[in-house]
Amino acid sequence: MSGPSTYVPKSAIGRWFESRLPIMGLMHSSFVVYPTPKNLNYFWTFGGILSLMLGVQIITGIVLVMHYTPHVDYAFQSVEHIMRDVNWGWFLRYTHANGASMFFIAVYIHMLRGLYYGSYKAPREVLWILGVVIFLLMMATAFMGYVLPWGQMSFWGATVITNLFSAIPMVGESITTWLWGGYAVDNPTLNRFFSLHYLLPFMIAAVVGLHVWALHVSGQNNPTGVEVKDVKRDTVPFTPYATIKDGFAMVVFLAFFSWFIFYVPNYLGHPDNYIDANPMVTPAHIVPEWYFLPFYAILRAIPDKLGGVLAMFGSIAVLAFLPWLDTSRVKSASFRPVYRVFFWVFVICGIGLGYLGAMPAEGGYVIASRIFTVYYFAFFLIIMPLLGLFETPKPLPASIADSVLARGGSASAAAAGAAHAPENK
Amino acid sequence: MPSAGFFRQMAMPARRGKVTWIWGLIVAEATTVEPTRRDFLYIATGAVAAVGAGSVAWPLIHQMNPDASTLALASTEVDLAALPEGGIMTVKWRGKPVFVRHRTKKEIDEAQATPLAQLPDPQKDADRVKKPEWLVVLGVCTHLGCVPLGHSGDYDGWFCPCHGSHYDTSGRIRKGPAPRNLEVPQYQFVADTKVRIG
Repeated sequence: MSGPSTYVPKSAIGRWFESRLPIMGLMHSSFVVYPTPKNLNYFWTFGGILSLMLGVQIITGIVLVMHYTPHVDYAFQSVEHIMRDVNWGWFLRYTHANGASMFFIAVYIHMLRGLYYGSYKAPREVLWILGVVIFLLMMATAFMGYVLPWGQMSFWGATVITNLFSAIPMVGESITTWLWGGYAVDNPTLNRFFSLHYLLPFMIAAVVGLHVWALHVSGQNNPTGVEVKDVKRDTVPFTPYATIKDGFAMVVFLAFFSWFIFYVPNYLGHPDNYIDANPMVTPAHIVPEWYFLPFYAILRAIPDKLGGVLAMFGSIAVLAFLPWLDTSRVKSASFRPVYRVFFWVFVICGIGLGYLGAMPAEGGYVIASRIFTVYYFAFFLIIMPLLGLFETPKPLPASIADSVLARGGSASAAAAGAAHAPENK
Repeated sequence: MPSAGFFRQMAMPARRGKVTWIWGLIVAEATTVEPTRRDFLYIATGAVAAVGAGSVAWPLIHQMNPDASTLALASTEVDLAALPEGGIMTVKWRGKPVFVRHRTKKEIDEAQATPLAQLPDPQKDADRVKKPEWLVVLGVCTHLGCVPLGHSGDYDGWFCPCHGSHYDTSGRIRKGPAPRNLEVPQYQFVADTKVRIG
């Protein structure tokens, strides 16, 4: 979609530079003239919001490292030092800690947007898989970041998650010892997590680069799922249309984010993490951060150790196969009446698993999480492949432009069409 | 020897079709007959490079394994005299908790009377203790490594709060996701009421 650059540098220096490194032309074709479907809704602003959040996390993270000490004897104290002594330290830390949650809120909306509108379907399979890779990197980064304050939840979260690898037959024990650098989570573990927590965001940034590249090759999906047929009729240039809209969405999102930072900075955290790590005592009720709860519920739903671990990793791995599991030729759920119902049940199921992940692993909670786990996998492995074969989709609009014009009613649509026509010629 | 053609083919994949044709025309036998010395050298070079890369990768991987100071951790001596009957004490060994439980008559009887058929990881109580009144086990749940709580759970042994594993008074798994019994570390009685763990 992004054809050869039409960028013409205005200054002599610009021309000199462009002929040696055409980076301005790349920026211009990617973020200025890049054609975006004209019917995008606000769910399409979360890619921009996610880029913003990655930037926020990297910047606040780099400055936090200037005051943090990665050692079991000092880590907890140094975080308190950041909170009490460092100038604006409380703000930087609360921004970083809540920023992780905001990052996940945005990524879940972004992923569900893709799931609803079929954004993973051809020709966007590689784009989607790169997204799954980013999601995995985000989970690893967030997990290791949560360990760094070295509170009780940090320590026991690290213990439980690294012990997942001990479920691997034969080599499991050796792998966990290797991950820990000892016989339990200890100083070597904290040090390596700190090292990797610093590295992974830059790997995320690199894969985001590939993700955006793949996006700009195939072009954006849109709420109709109908591909762009006529760039002039169906699209508008990225700047100013998408730039301003993304900017507005970012401001709204930042307002939401600020509410957490300034009013309820510990709402999404856990009080036990304000207790220094103690390897001798497990808190009575350990839970991961909220964004891992659905997967944690799946882990606990299976009564077998290896089975639970496989189900948990499988619940994420299955996403990578989505482009081939969905057999429907229609992308958007707007035109798939039956899929839409299953989709919303899936959303409820995900929220339900999140709730159950925070509850104790006993009685009715376990039974409920088993039912939801079955639906989670059935949605991808049974419903998606079969539904594409049996469902009768609604008729699709002939083009993006037609769907936009039809929405305003026929009379006003004609007027709007006329108004748009001169601009397009 | 097909040297020139072979290397040109390797070096210029974009022109492979044409080069192959030239090569085929000049030294046709080289492509159809046995591998040449050149092929052998090429594979051997690649193999040496792979071994070289692997040998450099090993230090990068192995540095994450326990270091000398961790491996050199000493054993721990525990004085049991102060532990009343029915009590459990937790001592730290190799960075992990170890439970020492002074079992009551009732707890010993329960542990010994349990039929092996009821156990997910069958083991006789007698094989898990040196003296029946003293049970020494690692305080690490075999599910995902939490520290179980003593005197609780359905079997009055231990209960792991993380994912709901129940252990009996012999530290054997009875119910829940944990696959194995609580591990019995190496230990010996150095006196009547003194054990050395490790």
